[in-house]
Amino acid sequence: MSAPNKALEELTGQDYKYGFVTDVEEDRIPKGLNEDIVRMISAKKNEPEFMLEWRLRAFRHWLTMKEPTWQAVKYPPINYQDLYYYSAPKKKVKLNSLDEVDPEVLATFNKLGISLAEQERLTGVAVDAVFDSVSVGTTFKAKLKELGIIFCSFSEAVQEHPDLIKKYLGSVVPYSDNYYATLNSAVFSDGSFVYIPKGVRSPMELSTYFRINASETGQFERTLIIADEGAYVSYLEGCTAPMRDENQLHAAVVELVALDNASIKYSTVQNWYPGDKEGKGGIYNFVTKRGKCAGKKSKISWKYPSCILQGDDSVGEFYSVAVTNNYQQADTGTKMIHIGKNTRSTIVSKGISAGHGQNTYRGLVKINKGASGARNYSQCDSLLMGDKCGAHTFPYIEVKNSSAQMEHEATTSKIGEDQLFYCKQRGINAEDAVNMIVNGFCKQVFKELPMEFAVEAQKLLSVSLEGSVG
Amino acid sequence: MTMALLEIKNLHAKVEEKEILQGINLTVNAGEVHAIMGPNGSGKSTLANVLAGRENYEVTSGEVLYEGKNLLEMDIEDRARAGVFLAFQYPIEIPGVSNAHFLKTALNGVRKYRGLEELDAMDFLTLVKEKMKLLQMDPTFLNRGVNEGFSGGEKKRNDILQMAMLDPKLGILDETDSGLDIDSLRIVAEGVNALRNPNRAFVLVTHYQRLLDYIVPDFVHVLSGGKIIASGDKELAVHLEERGYGWVIEGGAKAVGA
Repeated sequence: MSAPNKALEELTGQDYKYGFVTDVEEDRIPKGLNEDIVRMISAKKNEPEFMLEWRLRAFRHWLTMKEPTWQAVKYPPINYQDLYYYSAPKKKVKLNSLDEVDPEVLATFNKLGISLAEQERLTGVAVDAVFDSVSVGTTFKAKLKELGIIFCSFSEAVQEHPDLIKKYLGSVVPYSDNYYATLNSAVFSDGSFVYIPKGVRSPMELSTYFRINASETGQFERTLIIADEGAYVSYLEGCTAPMRDENQLHAAVVELVALDNASIKYSTVQNWYPGDKEGKGGIYNFVTKRGKCAGKKSKISWKYPSCILQGDDSVGEFYSVAVTNNYQQADTGTKMIHIGKNTRSTIVSKGISAGHGQNTYRGLVKINKGASGARNYSQCDSLLMGDKCGAHTFPYIEVKNSSAQMEHEATTSKIGEDQLFYCKQRGINAEDAVNMIVNGFCKQVFKELPMEFAVEAQKLLSVSLEGSVG
Repeated sequence: MTMALLEIKNLHAKVEEKEILQGINLTVNAGEVHAIMGPNGSGKSTLANVLAGRENYEVTSGEVLYEGKNLLEMDIEDRARAGVFLAFQYPIEIPGVSNAHFLKTALNGVRKYRGLEELDAMDFLTLVKEKMKLLQMDPTFLNRGVNEGFSGGEKKRNDILQMAMLDPKLGILDETDSGLDIDSLRIVAEGVNALRNPNRAFVLVTHYQRLLDYIVPDFVHVLSGGKIIASGDKELAVHLEERGYGWVIEGGAKAVGA
């Protein structure tokens, strides 16, 4: 192996540092999946009747579905009966404040750099922290309430704001949407809920942090964000998990609803455990995220799957950085469905592959008949580190209106020996050089991220390239 | 006598199993400018790359002393920090990384190694603006990606700017004149001339005499078949221009006493 490849290998071969396990007492329901389990989850959460019915409809539909096989990723079949579908840190009473959260759980989030108590005092970011199946605390709730903003766990929203849930749950991703979304609809345990009232601009970034701790547990979170007419919100999501030999399952659903002139900016950093260097363990991540620009001139910009541009003049933007390392495989992308007139969408996707990682981008841009004057710009760039990894790009374009304008660009580059040599010859060491080159590659996306997140994303990349920034 | 800045003794090197350098001997003292000329494939660029420590260039025998130390044992970045600067024949693009960020990282790496304090953003900007003026570069260059979308001339000028910032003791220019129009050539040459001083030496690798009209060397060496076959002063370059390399290779250079 040549010297620069060795340097790359050393840099990208660093260990996953969020791989610790927290020792807390867990409240689990039995392994397996059947109607009783679905009922049990609903009962645990003390849900109203309409929720249980919705879950059961989803579960019955799921039984009729087949697991999709179109992805470019390869994995052994998942035994859905061999998983726990609900696991929560045991607690005696309903939590009224952060003080009542299990100190072990708080310590976990501290270790991850998400200090719930301090977050509330020091920074302008409101955080909802989800540990395994339940939300353990949401900060800044009171302050947001003064503006009429609702930011709480999904379970709490079901109790406190059932009307909003009834109206919008499944309105963007119906329970019958796809295999994983349907499974999620049946067994989802918690997640975040955001409602921004008419004309309100959220004064701070809202953020959710997901942590899978329990073993053999699926995490099925559900996020619903609604921006009413003229409202604006920027929302961030982060995820990590411990290192375990077995594979963990993550199947999330995110629904975003932007009404007239509303704007939602959604960003996520997913730094899941990529498995070890032999390819053992890791996270199966099957996610359905979709936004609906339901209103005129509404706008959603985000990372991950699809955007339905229904309102005239609505705008969808997608910026993504995906990193694969070790034997990690990623199959990510977006869909932009143009329905309204003069709708615009932008896709910028950056994939970085290191080790034996395989990165796939898959994107669909669909211009419906009525979407006159629609425009799309897509750009997919891949960066390869070393010579054992791969990058794949599958753009799909369907245009049914001749006035549409489409642009597509794609590049694949290698961190070249030339670039490394150039940096070193200027006195820059190999590690700084790789960080610099990778960050430069991602700059177009990072500049779209909220400030604090951009810093975190850069750190994630530069520390190790150990996870997946997405 | 004081120690030579660079001493190359019987240097042999190969690239992909092919022996390119076959016994180079060269001594460069501080303050001197040496031009290394020769036909294509004679080993000029190989010599430049071996001195900078590029991978895939394997030294098979011989010795290179830099300030009395074994240069061949030093890492690439340490050679750079110790003052060996290579201006590239084709400077590399690093998209998305601003020139300013790149230069500041490089400069502080070098300063740290030399026991100097790292520069903060303000001091850095003052210094870089001063150097850019010298090279007649537009300040907006700082915000552009490293060589990203630069013309050939802009890339070379950017390399010279890096040299001006990093303050090397030995500047090796690998065919810096290739692909430059006459105006760019003049600007680059003026930049190099402004950096000439009694403590700094230059090794200019070039195919044509043209560059030497602007940067007047103290010594001219002709490289052919991996060896220096003739050495002289700037007159040798003039003769070469008139009579071609064939004349030296056939032994004609000795006739003019070079």
